[in-house]
Amino acid sequence: MSIETRASRVLSGRGSRLPDRLFGGTTLVLAAGLVLVLVAIAILLAASSTQTWRAFGLGFLTGTGWNPVSAVYGALPFIAGTIESSLLALIIAAPLGLLTAIFLAELAPRWLAAPLTLLIELLAAIPSVVIGLWGVFVLSPFLRVTVESFLVQVLGSIPVFAGPAFGVGLFTAGVILAIMILPTIVSISREVISGVPSSQREAMLALGATRWETVSRAVIPYARSGIIGAVILGLGRALGETMAVTMVIGNTDAVPGSLFAPAQTIASKIATSFSEAGAGMELSSLIALGLVLLGITLALNILARLLVHRATGGRRIAV
Amino acid sequence: MSGMAPTLAQAAVRDRLSRTGLSRRAATDRIMRALAVAAAVISVLPLAAVVLFVTLNGAGALSLDLLTKAPTALGVGGGAATAILGSLQMVPLAALVAIPIGVAVGIYVTEYAGPRSASVVRFAADVLVGVPSILIGVFVFTFLVLPFRQYNAIAGSAALALIMVPVIMRTTEEILLLVPRSLREASLALGIRRWRTVLSIVVRTGLGGILAGVMLAVARAAGETAPLLFTALGSRLINVGGFGQPMDALPLFIYNNSRQPYAALNAQAWGAAFLLLVFVLAVNVAVRGRSLFRPSPK
Repeated sequence: MSIETRASRVLSGRGSRLPDRLFGGTTLVLAAGLVLVLVAIAILLAASSTQTWRAFGLGFLTGTGWNPVSAVYGALPFIAGTIESSLLALIIAAPLGLLTAIFLAELAPRWLAAPLTLLIELLAAIPSVVIGLWGVFVLSPFLRVTVESFLVQVLGSIPVFAGPAFGVGLFTAGVILAIMILPTIVSISREVISGVPSSQREAMLALGATRWETVSRAVIPYARSGIIGAVILGLGRALGETMAVTMVIGNTDAVPGSLFAPAQTIASKIATSFSEAGAGMELSSLIALGLVLLGITLALNILARLLVHRATGGRRIAV
Repeated sequence: MSGMAPTLAQAAVRDRLSRTGLSRRAATDRIMRALAVAAAVISVLPLAAVVLFVTLNGAGALSLDLLTKAPTALGVGGGAATAILGSLQMVPLAALVAIPIGVAVGIYVTEYAGPRSASVVRFAADVLVGVPSILIGVFVFTFLVLPFRQYNAIAGSAALALIMVPVIMRTTEEILLLVPRSLREASLALGIRRWRTVLSIVVRTGLGGILAGVMLAVARAAGETAPLLFTALGSRLINVGGFGQPMDALPLFIYNNSRQPYAALNAQAWGAAFLLLVFVLAVNVAVRGRSLFRPSPK
């Protein structure tokens, strides 16, 4: 082939472009596959639970019984357990995480902030089952004789705080979840707060504000939507967290009557019952529970990502 | 902010005039800063407590039996060899599948996709990371276990791979975005084809970072329990190479043994947790710790 024909081929875009097409095409197919998996998860969960939706309709969501023998299935105890344990986690982890993020981003010197941030990221890396093991044998007995029995003694006349304190139950599950979502809230809030332009702070300090006034009135309002996003992302993680919760929540299929009562979340119910479930209605109902959980976590995740995305101007943050 | 600034300035002036206002504001400042320090200390405590107790209870439970013996029927003696061997098979198989897919999708997003399709794929990966891992297990169960009426290690590996792919994809993407445009242009200007440029120049340049992301994904997958519960199921028999059969894994072993009423089995759970924790923390410190000593590339 003469140099002229070769050059004209290159310039006209012909020649052997097959490897290029093949390579680009493969990456495209795999990327499309990733998107499709997400759709497939929703479709397969819906398709495998039609039996339940047909039998109970939306009444499945408000039913309180779960009895394979009489074939009655209701999701309310698990929905209640999931929401209550996650809210408890948020009540603990949101203020703690935000204050920690403020310390790391605004107050701590760099030599201290960097290793502390690493330590908090490491907490997120610990496998859920290891945290659960610690939760069952260390945290739960500790909480039973300290915080729980104290609250029962002081506030026990109020039904929500009524004893007995078992150690395993809603409260311990909430504390474990708080520990597990803390890194999410801290690291995203910290990044969002660090991204606030320093002119915000300087203007405030120049007006004679104290450090705290600067943070609370100039920095936090500016970073608000990102911080809310971080908290919602933490909530999403709490709702779907399985192993550690399963190990400390007590696994009782009833709407918890007290903060210290044993309970069950959607995830823990699936974890404990799925492999022994009889094919048919029971399996279908467990998968229906999964579909409910998927709906909640997807909605929260999308909302949170939009908020964080807006707060950081499109800069992505690894979670 | 404009509405707030004058009031604050006024407050500052007023405080100059009356000492009490200033000291009250200074006191608030001091209290809140102290609270922030306390919050940071509390936030680090759980990590310290978990590491401490797993080390105390786990290091003592380590023995040759734990590493080399299968569980016994009565819960006396025996070890975690089934679980260790299972993890050593399922996690690498998952990685083998997930690494090329994750890296390829990352390449698609940075090198080939237009802005709109890139953001769709990115969004899907972000959302997939947020899907509870137990639902990944249910999803895989419906098409890799249910049709065959047999729990199997392939399904376990598939579930782990699904968890790794979006993680690997996101780090690959982040790293490739850092590779300077001029490198791509120089290579293309030399007449080197696009695919060759991507693999030999762009990916080659970012290889260290991609490997770091892969290591983190492997560490995460090695600790996952929920997606294995009804895919690989767990097993009390040594299973080497039987991917069509149930297989044990370290996290499953920890979970199952923690629910037994025998102290000896609980101790084995602690021992296995120690092994898992050492691996996971070692990988994470090695990968993340590097950034302590140099400014982050962001």
